[in-house]
Amino acid sequence: MPDLSRRRALTAAAALAGATALAVPAARASDPTHDHGASHGSHDSPAAFDEIYKGRRIQGRPSSGGGHHHGAGYTVSVDGVELHVMRNADGTWISVVSHYDPVSTPRAAARAAVDELQGARLLPFPASPAN
Amino acid sequence: MTVRKNQASLTADEKRRFVAAVLELKGSGRYDDFVTTHNAFILGDTDDGERTGHRSPSFLPWHRRFLLEFERALQSVDASVALPYWDWSTDRSPRSSLWAPDFLGGTGRSRDGQVMDGPFAASAGKWPVNVRVDGRTYLRRSLGTNVRELPTRAEVDSVLAMATYDMAPWNSASDGFRNHLEGWRGVNLHNRVHVWVGGQMATGVSPNDPVFWLHHAYIDRLWAEWQRRHPGSAYVPGGGTPNVVDLNETMKPWNDTTPAALLDHTPYYTFDA
Repeated sequence: MPDLSRRRALTAAAALAGATALAVPAARASDPTHDHGASHGSHDSPAAFDEIYKGRRIQGRPSSGGGHHHGAGYTVSVDGVELHVMRNADGTWISVVSHYDPVSTPRAAARAAVDELQGARLLPFPASPAN
Repeated sequence: MTVRKNQASLTADEKRRFVAAVLELKGSGRYDDFVTTHNAFILGDTDDGERTGHRSPSFLPWHRRFLLEFERALQSVDASVALPYWDWSTDRSPRSSLWAPDFLGGTGRSRDGQVMDGPFAASAGKWPVNVRVDGRTYLRRSLGTNVRELPTRAEVDSVLAMATYDMAPWNSASDGFRNHLEGWRGVNLHNRVHVWVGGQMATGVSPNDPVFWLHHAYIDRLWAEWQRRHPGSAYVPGGGTPNVVDLNETMKPWNDTTPAALLDHTPYYTFDA
């Protein structure tokens, strides 16, 4: 089970990195994925993250706007499937699986999605009749 | 003339007819079109971009028209049916008759949130969740789990007391009646009820739960109540606002109606009280 222990280590490291980023914004510079989208968007985009939460890989990173949906400026995924997220005017975040309940960060939105999904796979959006 | 009644006062026959009409729309595929439309606006409405169905002044007229469309669809199946409303400040318990097996069915089981009774339970075979954001095809709820309390009447009254309809920046950061009713600011009425119900009601595909219509019919009734309390207060903005539906601008997806045309509900329906 070396993979499992590696995942656990990653999770712990990511949690630590998240805590550091909150306390010291400069810590973002040490995040290797942060610079990919740092220059995009009008918002000060939150740092990237990558962790295993409740057995599922959640990732987030700043992204360019436009494309196939409105420019959120930040992309979140659960096990590699994009989770539609949105930033509110006050800086809080929601996702399509928790749309009426703002949380403080995109990572919190990703964790709330994993909680809500109870192990179910996420479908690519936009939602359409999928029989 | 359509009369929208409090769900708590419906007769057994009225409940049966409402449920049958909803199931008929579901079976014909028409129901899922409403879910798809709602989710498209949920995904598209943003605080700093175009916004029509949510987080904007047109939240109320948009949902008024959306409910009218759904009610007309129900009436094409059974002309006697009207949308009931759920006064969640009064019927605030999972034990309310709303959640009985002869109406909407109850909360979901703890293991996976699956609703196990009532006409919309997956086991009844007539309510597949087709327009969805995840792999689960069954109706889910977790009444009172994600937030403990539904809004109280005192909280409702505190929002009805706000005399200004809406305010710049016309989004989730606004002060005023609309945004406090919607719930992005303050005591949180509409948003909190979605969260209290849980399951699909907490997601962008919330009309998958038939309680969506009863919730919004009550939000709509609160708008009418607010108008009676503040006869001098008007829908704003009145014109020239980028990304926002002004009083006399047409609304997507219909493009044939304006907030001004929807301010008075009485040409379309009245309430029981």
